[in-house]
Amino acid sequence: MINRLQTLGRWGLIRFERLGRGSMFLMQVLAGLPALLLRPRLTLQQVYATGVLSLVIIIVSGLFVGMVLGLQGYNTLVDFGAEESLGVLVALSLVRELGPVIAALLFAGRAGSALTAEIGLMKATEQLSAMEMMAVDPLARVVAPRLLGGFIAMPLLAAMFSAVGVFGGYFVGVGLLGVDDGSFWSQMQAKVNLQEDIMNGVIKSVVFGFVVTWIAVFEGYDAVPTSEGISRATTRTVVNSSLAVLGLDFVMTALMFGGF
Amino acid sequence: MPDTPIAENNPLVQIRGLRFARGERMIFDGVDIDIPRGKITAIMGPSGTGKTTLLRLIGGQLRPLAGSIVVDGQPVPQLKRAALYQLRKRMGMLFQSGALLTDLDVFDNVAFPLREHTKLPETLIRDLVLMKLQAVGLRGARHLMASELSGGMARRVALARAIALDPMMIMYDEPFTGQDPISLGTIVQLIHALNEALGLTSIIVSHDVHETAAIADYIYVLSGGKVIGHGTPEELARSDSPWVRQFMQGLADGPVPFHYPAADYAEELLNNKPGAAP
Repeated sequence: MINRLQTLGRWGLIRFERLGRGSMFLMQVLAGLPALLLRPRLTLQQVYATGVLSLVIIIVSGLFVGMVLGLQGYNTLVDFGAEESLGVLVALSLVRELGPVIAALLFAGRAGSALTAEIGLMKATEQLSAMEMMAVDPLARVVAPRLLGGFIAMPLLAAMFSAVGVFGGYFVGVGLLGVDDGSFWSQMQAKVNLQEDIMNGVIKSVVFGFVVTWIAVFEGYDAVPTSEGISRATTRTVVNSSLAVLGLDFVMTALMFGGF
Repeated sequence: MPDTPIAENNPLVQIRGLRFARGERMIFDGVDIDIPRGKITAIMGPSGTGKTTLLRLIGGQLRPLAGSIVVDGQPVPQLKRAALYQLRKRMGMLFQSGALLTDLDVFDNVAFPLREHTKLPETLIRDLVLMKLQAVGLRGARHLMASELSGGMARRVALARAIALDPMMIMYDEPFTGQDPISLGTIVQLIHALNEALGLTSIIVSHDVHETAAIADYIYVLSGGKVIGHGTPEELARSDSPWVRQFMQGLADGPVPFHYPAADYAEELLNNKPGAAP
């Protein structure tokens, strides 16, 4: 019994210690952000690496998720004779929930793991150490642009995901199942609110982008500099950021749409 | 205080009473070292004696438990970050792997410190980089990516990068390890030539006795967290300390035993009964 308590206590302590270190790390990285304004190229390169290179997976997934939504939504709505509302259902599901959440999960798998592996490898091959010895702060030169790049790229990817998803739903609903073209769009236009739905979705994707990128760069920087350590860190990035995204999504949904 | 005959009154690096531990393990326990200006000083010792750690302590990447490390009059462990970074601009370090930035090509790697620390126009940076690359014989390889270089070439590019800001000293971390004879000869000669031509102070950390003894002006031998011998290569070769002799001559047995500590050999063989502990 005492042993179990000890194990639990140690587990808790290690988590909190890591959280503390992660927060201190974040503070140091944020201190490097102002200098980036003078060198926008560094950040743009990272927006390309994390954003543009994730486009394929985001667009393909968005299309399929939209198509599935169209199919499932139609089958449910048609029983109530409400298939004209398919556009609203697809758009709200995507904009409020699936867009930010699935895009963030894919982003964690595609860009987050790559960030962790890249920074971890730079650490293992002494590149970060060499920068320090050249009087270049790796937190400002390597980590800060990546954090900012991911932070910028993620909301754009989520928006892309939702937009493509709506077309997927349109393709299945209107193109294949015969929902009326006009009502699909007009109902969507009437029922999707800029402030409540779209803005809240954007806020979610901004938060997810920040959290996923933070976890990814921290895990990379904190990785044990061996091949095994890097593979563990990459796994931790995907697992932790996925859990963080889903947990935060519930909290934010409750605050935004829960009516508390 | 070591009675180094060639140490001038004002050594570039002065280490006194250095103590450093990793976890429970004591790496340095009272180490005194002087690195004279303009010379090549070697720090030698068996693997795992913390030679690389010593370089990191001099570079301020690690802090000692006790003792002082003074580089060009500045106490490294006490320096504030900005002052430490200023000091590091005048120190070059050659890592064992080269530690080139893998997303840049050779040219950009050498240009990296110049672009980070100076506001020189690109044409001037180009000329400077070509001069540094010429010095290590790799001007023609400037378009190769770091991953396309052999180990020896990577080290030479890293050397060009280390001298990019014209430092006062260069620290070499195991520069001879894992090199074929040709690139080994090249690097030995380069270190010597650069030290002469640029008036550098060099610190070489190594366990390759012959290569190091060939170019070093002075050698410190570390083992078990202490300096166990120091002197010019000739003095060390004549040393009567069994430690130093075992190391310099590469003898398998001596004060550092060939056998890992174990129970009595005959007894272990005779006690080989089924069910006994392996």
